[in-house]
Order: sequence, then C-alpha cells, then structure tokens
Amino acid sequence: MTLSILHRITGVAMSVGLFVLAWWLYAIAAGADAYADVLALLSSLPGRLLLIGWSFAFFLHLANGVRHLFWDSGRGFEKSQANASAWFALVFAIAMTAGYWVLL
Amino acid sequence: MAEFRLPANSRIRKGRHFSAPAGASNTRQFAIYRYDPDSAENPSIDTYEVDLDSCGPMVLDALIKIKNEIDPTLTFRRSCREGICGSCAMNIDGGNTLACTRAIDASPGEVRIYPLPHMPVVKDLVPDLTNFYAQYAAIKPWLQTTTPAPDKHERLQSKEDQELIDEPAACILCACCSTSCPSYWWNSDKYLGPAALLAAYRWLVDSRDEARDERLDALDDSFKLYRCHTIMNCTQTCPKHLNPARAIAETKKMLAKRRI
Repeated sequence: MTLSILHRITGVAMSVGLFVLAWWLYAIAAGADAYADVLALLSSLPGRLLLIGWSFAFFLHLANGVRHLFWDSGRGFEKSQANASAWFALVFAIAMTAGYWVLL
Repeated sequence: MAEFRLPANSRIRKGRHFSAPAGASNTRQFAIYRYDPDSAENPSIDTYEVDLDSCGPMVLDALIKIKNEIDPTLTFRRSCREGICGSCAMNIDGGNTLACTRAIDASPGEVRIYPLPHMPVVKDLVPDLTNFYAQYAAIKPWLQTTTPAPDKHERLQSKEDQELIDEPAACILCACCSTSCPSYWWNSDKYLGPAALLAAYRWLVDSRDEARDERLDALDDSFKLYRCHTIMNCTQTCPKHLNPARAIAETKKMLAKRRI
C-alpha cells in the first residue's frame, strides 16, 4: 500500500520535474548567459534538494514499475513476494539515488 | 471521488468509559466505535476495561462479554464464531479482519475496534453492505450453461479442474478485502472490488461453466475490473488467506489474451 501511493506521488513529481528539464534544455538553446542563470539556480541548496528528490522519484518509479510488470504477467503475488519486492524497490531507489549523487 | 476528511456529522467524539470490576487484575482496554442513528449525536469512541481472566481468547469473545455484562447497547454482527460465516468482519487495530479469529493477545495494548472502513454505518460496528452484495450478485455467481445436463450424472470435472476453484470458492464474503481497498473506497459505485472480482474469477476458471466470454465481456470496462491498481491490501488483509489480487491479475490476463 505504501509503495502504491509512493508510485503515484513520484509519478506526479516527475511530471512536474519534466517542466524543469524542459526549462534546462531551453536554457541551453537560449545561450550561455541564460544557461548560467539556470545552472546557478539548480546548483543552489534548494535546487539540489529538488534534484535529489526528482532522482529518487525516478529510481523509485522505475523499480516499482518493473514490479508492476511482473504483476501484470501474473507473478509475485504471494504476500511474502510482494513484501520483499516492495522493500527491494525502496532500497534500490535509495541506493541508486545515493550512488548517483556520490559518484557523479 | 476522494474525500480526505469525514463529513462534520461523522467526526468522532470522545465517548464514555467503563472501568473494570473491582478486584480484576488481568484487564485489557477496548476502544470501540459507537454510533447510534436514533440519537442526533456524532459517533464516539467508548472505552471498556475487560477482565481477561473471565473472557475467552478472541476479540469476539470480548465483544460478547461487553454486550452481556457491561453495555447491552453495543451492536455488532456475529454468528459462527469460527471464521466461516464472515459476519464479524471489522477493523481491529487498523486492519480488517474477523473478530472471531483475531486473538486479543495479537494487540500489543489497547484493542481498537472500528466498523469496516468507508462504508455507511447502520449502527456501531454494523456497516451497510447492500452495495457490496449487489456487486456480488452482478457477477452472476452461479453456473451458466448452454449444453443440456448429462442424463445419468452431474456435470463432472477432473480433480485438477476442481483444484482451480478450491481457493477462490473458499471466500466467505466478509468484505474485509473490498473495504480495505483505496480504489474501492473512492469508486465503490463503479469498481466491483476484490471480493466480487474473486467470485467472478471463481466462475471464469470453472471448467463446467459455459459463459466465460459473456462473463469477460461484463468485466471489460474501465471501472469494473481495471480500477484495481495492485495495491495488494486485499491479499494482505484477507482473514482466509486468499489472494484476490492474483485472481484479478489472472482475469486481466484472460482479457488481454482474448484480444491477441
């Protein structure tokens, strides 16, 4: 249940994040000055926190989406399997987000 | 539509408290949702201290003891007291289950008892299940055939075919699953809910039934079946350890396979 509502929340968050992505791409096309402004905003502390949030949303939505693919094929419906895959999706998302921000 | 707050006339007040009899040493507190349609008052949570030394081990035993010895106005459904009738389904400590198969000791402290969630309340722990039963009837839970019945014997099936319906046919229609489902809370007028869909599946996989296509047609609608988003609350909460979520996924697969 928790992962189900998180799947929705992260989906909505990513839709909002898409505007930021479009804004960033637009800034690239708009020239060096515009890009520098956007970069300054995104690398500020609130900007970074939002980006970390969006990357977590991406990884969680990805992992849980794969979970849904298995379910759609009729697999993973035992209570123990469903609980284990929920934990897997959550740990995967946290580890990938941490790895992404530490390594890049 | 989603509602995140109870309507003003449904918000819960603090209720009365009933202390344990003097001398009782092994007591447990029960916090129970009370609503009386005949009074104009909002629902309340009444608390009862029950002497466990003179009470059976299950939550239903405590409810019956409260009704017999402490407060005869407490209203709840019960019948078989052994998990086969489904009457005493209620929300205990935040999870839907049967009061008769739930041990008092399964609660760490106070036992919190509410009616099944998001249903109209008739009185206290008695929800109005009219819509729930109508949805069960809507899936036509009976054998449908077009071929004439065999002369000398019943319509036979193999042991393997029978085993396919063993689990879904064990559903007691207690409504724990449907009333635990957020999708059902929000769309119970259009979404059939896990209990009715498990019953539909039971007839879809019955080797003797000859209305499979019609049954699938009836479910092929963006609400009746597809409001299931695999939230899994139904399977987590089922007091009979059945798996409505899997039955719904298998039904979706049947519809997908029929198209290709």
